[in-house]
Amino acid sequence: MLKVQNLTKQYEGGVQALRDVSFEVPKGQFLAVIGLSGSGKSTLLRCINRLVEPTGGKIFWNDVDVTAASEEDMRFIRRKIGMVFQHFNLVARSSVLTNVLAGRLGYVNPFWSLINKFPKSDYDKAMHELGRVSIADKAQYRADELSGGQQQRVGIARAMMQDPEMILADEPVASLDPVLAHSIMAYLEQINQEEGVTVLCSLHFLDLVHRYADRVIALNEGRLVFDGLPQEIDDQKFKDIYGRDAERVG
Amino acid sequence: MKNLKPILRSLGIGLAVIAVIIIYAFGFQVTKVNLDETRNPRRQQQLTRILRALAKPDLLTYEKEEVIVTQQFMVPCPDGGFTTPDVDRSGPYITIEPACADPRSMVTVKGFNFQPNSSGPIAFIPTSQVNLGVGDFEADANGEFTTEIRIPARPDSAVQTIRTITRTNVGAPKISKTAVDTWDKIVETVFLALLATTLGTLFAIPLSFIAAKNLMKDVKSPLISIALNLLLIPLGIFVGIQLSNYGSQIADLISRSVVGNIAGLVIAPAIAVPLVRWALPQAELTRPSPKTRILRTLGLIVSVLIGILGLQFLAKIVIQLGDFLAPKLGSFTFLGTFISDMGDILGMSIVVITAALAAGIFSSIGDRTGKLITSHVNKPAAKALSMLLSMLAGALLAVLVMQSLNWFYEFDNLAVTIYWPAVIGGAIGLVTSVRMAPKDDLPVGIVLYYIARTVFNALRSIEALVWVIVFVVWVGIGPFAGVLALSLHTIAALAKLYSEQVESILPGPMEAVTATGANRLQSIVYAVVPQIIPPYISFTMYRWDINVRMSTIIGFAGGGGIGFLLYQNINLLNYRGASLQMLAIALVVASMDYLSSRLREKAI
Ligand SMILES: Nc1ncnc2c1ncn2[C@@H]1O[C@H](COP(=O)(O)OP(=O)(O)O)[C@@H](O)[C@H]1O
Ligand SMILES: [Mg+2]
Repeated sequence: MLKVQNLTKQYEGGVQALRDVSFEVPKGQFLAVIGLSGSGKSTLLRCINRLVEPTGGKIFWNDVDVTAASEEDMRFIRRKIGMVFQHFNLVARSSVLTNVLAGRLGYVNPFWSLINKFPKSDYDKAMHELGRVSIADKAQYRADELSGGQQQRVGIARAMMQDPEMILADEPVASLDPVLAHSIMAYLEQINQEEGVTVLCSLHFLDLVHRYADRVIALNEGRLVFDGLPQEIDDQKFKDIYGRDAERVG
Repeated sequence: MKNLKPILRSLGIGLAVIAVIIIYAFGFQVTKVNLDETRNPRRQQQLTRILRALAKPDLLTYEKEEVIVTQQFMVPCPDGGFTTPDVDRSGPYITIEPACADPRSMVTVKGFNFQPNSSGPIAFIPTSQVNLGVGDFEADANGEFTTEIRIPARPDSAVQTIRTITRTNVGAPKISKTAVDTWDKIVETVFLALLATTLGTLFAIPLSFIAAKNLMKDVKSPLISIALNLLLIPLGIFVGIQLSNYGSQIADLISRSVVGNIAGLVIAPAIAVPLVRWALPQAELTRPSPKTRILRTLGLIVSVLIGILGLQFLAKIVIQLGDFLAPKLGSFTFLGTFISDMGDILGMSIVVITAALAAGIFSSIGDRTGKLITSHVNKPAAKALSMLLSMLAGALLAVLVMQSLNWFYEFDNLAVTIYWPAVIGGAIGLVTSVRMAPKDDLPVGIVLYYIARTVFNALRSIEALVWVIVFVVWVGIGPFAGVLALSLHTIAALAKLYSEQVESILPGPMEAVTATGANRLQSIVYAVVPQIIPPYISFTMYRWDINVRMSTIIGFAGGGGIGFLLYQNINLLNYRGASLQMLAIALVVASMDYLSSRLREKAI
């Protein structure tokens, strides 16, 4: 259960990225976050695991106040929240396996991980997660030798290494072509339905929202302007979310 | 009116041209440009000589054979006149016309049957047998020459002698003595640069993370933590040094006998390793209770202590092993000495390691306690505590600073070194804590970043040539002083270059790894380090190359290496020797360039 209350973020340059955003996500939901680029989607997702420090409001995750957590506490909160990125954010020169194992850093003792020593069970788990996204054969490849779609699958495997209760996906398919987009979204859907992992996913295309999301929230200039079911977005609502000049395609 | 603008513009251009001319004229005057000197025939002759010598590096020598040819001569002519006696005309011989002459008159010397193109000095040998040089000759392709010499003012009734000496090469060429010396010194130079680069790199890598803004800008701490750190770190260093001294004494006692030493070497890790494994379980699936955490920390401290003791044993046994081996290894003695030096270095580093470890443990305890207090204690109490602690920390810091200044300037006055700094530092700490809200985080990271940058810039702007003078005083003339001087400069220069690489990494991977719950150190190792390996390798190689070139300069100041030889040869006007040394440097630099580009290709 995630509760966001009156969340506000003002960047140091003065940009008001989030204004008074409040919503709740029950466990196991697939929530899509939509909005124009610059509307604050990335900022919202990053505030939830405090990659970005909120300037106002509160976030509760399983009734723990994330915004008040100490650095030590954050380790235990973050390790239960996986994250998937638009540009995959893999370490290009490391192997696929090392990238996936990195998902376990919140669980292993810092000292041993510094000398690249993980428990045997973590290696097995890494191969299992790579198998789930069907690239177990690429484990020893360097991450930058993989195609975009394959890299995003590694990104998902890394997030799943965390045994997450929630995944934050920041435009996971925006830099992939549409065919690949569906295969990546299908993996997220599978994780959501089979493992009961809550998914917060920011998306660009409405057809993806209709196809995969249980519920949608929309941001416009940092304000929450819509919270409802995907099929409730009619032409009027669409114009409110995306602006007057927006034209619905597809 | 219309015509005024172009006129003004040409006027402006004219003034600018005049200004430029004046600037360059002044430049010529200041740098004492002297074109007359460049045309002076005497200077040109010297230049030619040097350039020709430089073009012939002193690499090969031949066995020399001296051919001495003499002819009798009288100064002045005796009453009855003088005729030169007949000489053997089958080999080289000289004739003098006239056969006798007055002092300071000119005579013609002709040579025949000499080695074609050979040359050498002509000397006048009076009865005292002291060699008076009177000129040089150069034989033509037929082995003949004609030259005029001036007879010195040595009138004598006895017959005197005029002599020529030619040296000719015989047999196969051999490597010259200069070449052998140059080889020795260039090897010394390469290793000097290697050691300096290695040492510099070892220190520069961790320091470069402190000097990287992107890693430091998020490091923040509440005032109480900072104050506790300031108080506990010096204490930790002190405790660490004491501990390592005790350890060394205990190890000394036990390692009197080799058996005790070996037993210690076996037992220490046998206890420490399982203890570490217990205290640092691989996975932290659940959050440990406070009690387990305290127990584990204690276990860790004990195992670290035992580990340090083990290292002491290791250092001692390595020294003994090296000393034992050195005399037995014949021409590989240096390996034995190296082993015992390694033991010595280990022994010296244990103090530093222990001090750093203790400081680290104390600092992390301070940090935790500070954060715990800040988040669990109510505001007034936190405020009072932060006032007290920052007052103490300010006082301690100021006293420590004044104590180190006292070491330089020898005030030796308690008021200046303790009382006043304590009062002023305490006051500053108090004022800071009064003005700060106790729960606010201070940007310690950025402060450390600026301190590190400033120190590096200061160190970097002092040339290795200057450092070598300091180190020559400390460890004596020789390559070791050079290693230390170059290392210091390397640390500063590399830390800066490295940190700029850290600042230019892609932030994405760092973000992703942090999001998994990794702590700061883990994110650095998993997201930053892989990104910076290629530039670090290429900068290190480049630095090695720079150090080879710099070590030629520091040799001038007694820092060892080939520079010493080069400097000597230039001073002795031995340009052929200097030329060989410059050639050697060029060859080494070129091969390093080749090597580093190959390594870079591999690493990317
Ligand atoms: N690190 C930052 N510093 C300052 N402004 C930022 C930063 N990141 C994003 N912003 C600004 O905040 C607003 C929201 O950005 P973002 O959350 O990235 O939107 P979205 O992901 O919807 O495109 C934008 O105006 C953007 O320019
Ligand atoms: Mg975005």
